[in-house]
Amino acid sequence: MNLNYTILIPLIPLAVFLLLGIFNQKIKPAISGYIGVFGLIASGILSFYTAYQYFFIYGKVDGVYQTFVEKTVWMNFTDTLHIDMGVLIDPISVMMLIVVSIVSLMVHIYSRGYMKGDDGYTRFFAYLSLFSFSIYGLVLATNLFQIYIFWELVGVSSYLLIGYYYTKTSAVAAAKKAFIVTRFADLGFLIGILIIGYYTGTYDFETLNNPEGSAILNWASTSFMGLSVITWALILIFMGGAGKSAMFPLHIWLPDAMEGPTPVSALIHAATMVVAGVYLVARLFPMYYFVEDGFALNIVAYVGAFSSLFAAVIAITQTDIKRVLAFSTMSQLGYMMLALGVSGYDGHEGVGYMASMFHLFTHAMFKALLFLGAGSVIHAVHSNYLKDMGGLRKYMPITNITFLIAALAISGIPPFAGFFSKDEILVAAFEHNKLIYYVSVFVAGLTAFYMFRIYFGIFWGKEREYKHTPHESPLSMTFPLMILALLSISTGFIPFSEFVSADKAGFETHLDYPLAAIAIAVGLIGIIVAWIFYKKENNLADKFANGFGFLYKWASNKFYFDEIYMFVTKKILFKRVAAPIAWFDKKVVDATMEGIGNKTVVTSNKIKGIQSGKVQDYALYFVSGVVVIALVFIYLWTN
Amino acid sequence: MIAGISIYEILTVTSILFFIGIYGFITRKNLISILISIELIMNASVVNFVIINKYLYPDILQGVLFSIFIIAVTAAETALAVAIIINLYRQISSVEVKDTETMKY
Amino acid sequence: MEKIIFYILALLMIVFAIASVSSRKMLRSVIYLLFVLVSVAGIYFLIDYNFLGAIQLTVYAGGIIVLIIFSVLLVHHIEMELEVAKTSKKILTGIICAIGLGVFLTTIYSYNFNVVENSISTTTEDIGTKLLSYGNGGFILPFEVISVLLLAAMIGAIIIAKGKKLTDKIN
Repeated sequence: MNLNYTILIPLIPLAVFLLLGIFNQKIKPAISGYIGVFGLIASGILSFYTAYQYFFIYGKVDGVYQTFVEKTVWMNFTDTLHIDMGVLIDPISVMMLIVVSIVSLMVHIYSRGYMKGDDGYTRFFAYLSLFSFSIYGLVLATNLFQIYIFWELVGVSSYLLIGYYYTKTSAVAAAKKAFIVTRFADLGFLIGILIIGYYTGTYDFETLNNPEGSAILNWASTSFMGLSVITWALILIFMGGAGKSAMFPLHIWLPDAMEGPTPVSALIHAATMVVAGVYLVARLFPMYYFVEDGFALNIVAYVGAFSSLFAAVIAITQTDIKRVLAFSTMSQLGYMMLALGVSGYDGHEGVGYMASMFHLFTHAMFKALLFLGAGSVIHAVHSNYLKDMGGLRKYMPITNITFLIAALAISGIPPFAGFFSKDEILVAAFEHNKLIYYVSVFVAGLTAFYMFRIYFGIFWGKEREYKHTPHESPLSMTFPLMILALLSISTGFIPFSEFVSADKAGFETHLDYPLAAIAIAVGLIGIIVAWIFYKKENNLADKFANGFGFLYKWASNKFYFDEIYMFVTKKILFKRVAAPIAWFDKKVVDATMEGIGNKTVVTSNKIKGIQSGKVQDYALYFVSGVVVIALVFIYLWTN
Repeated sequence: MIAGISIYEILTVTSILFFIGIYGFITRKNLISILISIELIMNASVVNFVIINKYLYPDILQGVLFSIFIIAVTAAETALAVAIIINLYRQISSVEVKDTETMKY
Repeated sequence: MEKIIFYILALLMIVFAIASVSSRKMLRSVIYLLFVLVSVAGIYFLIDYNFLGAIQLTVYAGGIIVLIIFSVLLVHHIEMELEVAKTSKKILTGIICAIGLGVFLTTIYSYNFNVVENSISTTTEDIGTKLLSYGNGGFILPFEVISVLLLAAMIGAIIIAKGKKLTDKIN
């Protein structure tokens, strides 16, 4: 399989980014939009071609999907330890290529309508292209270090896009928050990478993931605090993944990231960047599974389960529709993590792995659709808040229908895509860990409830006083909605397990009817409760909220996590740790250095008189020197 | 050969002459005075050449010839120095060392 | 007899040298230098280098001293008092010169010169032959070089002394 052309997939958006970035002022907005879109179309075509070639023609040898790697040495540390740059083609990277291509292209098209007339139109598309480049590079990375480089690039483009409205204080704060929190998590990732490099002597995914390879077989060789160092490294790497994927307790940046333009939220904070954490764990899945009997994997499972429950509870209470979607994203990412966490390796055992990737795939479609739909609504009513919306179904029919489809998909109602992937996750959880299964079923119900809460709140309920009569968005915005809606309906029917599985061999899956029935029932209950509460204007919901009292208050304030972090950083870290260090730096380190500098200046001023410019003075020094040297060499240096 | 005078005595005299020249070079404040001091230094060294030639290697003439060259070079140098001094005087109306210190820091 | 003449010459040299570097009147300073140079010529005559003595008298006493006197007259009033250096600087320089002289003298006196007793008198012919000889030990090349150097110095001196006026004309 010739892989040379796959390198173009990330490079085309990079070229677009450079073009738009450098000629920012020169290019007319309309043209820059087209450049961005066509760059993405080119990458998308290549991605689909790669997928076709891989899945249907070359990829499968003896019933097992092969891993194709094309790389070149970039940086040499030792003979064995070096950093490569290249592309790695295997089922999950190809799948991610498809996801990124579809969502990114849809978002590009959508942005042409959504961002119309904005001052930084070209800049916006430049950033989007930078992001596309980074995420493609991340997906295709051949080794831990390469993925880390693109990981940070993704973080940077996310930072740039969240802070896109840089005149808005809250956007700037949110961008900084997102960057700092994910950077903090990436510190763990980096340490993990270094540990892996030190103990296994390689960064290559192929070598690391080989179940018969030395990296996996020798995990027990060195231990630290009762655990293998490799397990520690995997936990630290998961910390990086948790930061990007907004897992508890590193989730606090995601809701604030909604300050960015809505298409950005759809692309980065729903479909692609936030799943990088899931992708990372999936990428190293054999290591997670085999090292120390999956100790690190259990942590992944529990963190994922807790995050999904935690986020779902918060999502119920939020009134900003983008924030509801943000917490819903976090909840669904928790789902993917827990599915990975309960997965096995061989054949049908690996259903969790497959389900996680499947859910990643379908979730990207319907969550992007939800965000774009929300963007369309926000575009129409100029507000993010539920209290300013209601009864919009008459004004925005296409948005209404597509949003409904997405909401049904995320609630797990057949035949929409979310049902199939969620069902596989529930199956995996049921087979491996009952506690996690119950949690995920409960979360499924909550998901259906809060999704339909906002659905009814936006499109049904009482009509508000609108300043301008809301109207349907232009075609450039509704077209992506329709495409994504179509995908949200159809992608569930892909026989995903045949393409993507932990051991790459593929297997058959069948619907587990009892479990599916339970899931559907729970979803329907959620929808019905939401229907009762919110379809018509009534005070049932408020009564209910009051019934929960302080619990409701806690949840609507996101369990005060932001406040706790602020307290820890401001009151404890800044005051008790940073301030003394700053004092030491200023008064001791800086003062020493400045003292040396000042003394030099003072001394120079004092002795610069020596350089009087008078030949005679120089002659005096010269003669004195000669005399001294003569004395030294004649009388002192005699031997 | 000077009857009754050893080479040491002559070298002593030239050394004294030499250091008087250096003393003058450093302490005088006038370019012409400095030139005079240089002449003193030069003369001291020329005499040394000649004396050493005469006392130690009487059958060759290297020292004498070098003295002639040194005298010639000194003459050239003096001519140039005087030219520079006159030019300088034209430009800044002074030949004091303290007025010519553009090399100063 | 020669011994007494040498001591007289040495005394004259040192006294006039000191006078030359310490006199505050420019012209006197130059005249003292003349005396030193003449004394040096006397030394040359004493050691039987008559030609060298003659050169010393003509070039130094006749040429250089006149040149210096000219420049003095061009840039000074005859009676102008010169500035003197600070006493501290004088003392410092004096000490350094004294130390240097001490180093010189101790070195000279601790060295055993291999003096050859002789009374060879050098004729002008010998010097002329050596200067123009291109054989072994001949000085023809330095002689030519020095003649070019003198020419260059002469031109240079004229150009520098003429200063701006010449360049103005060219422009």
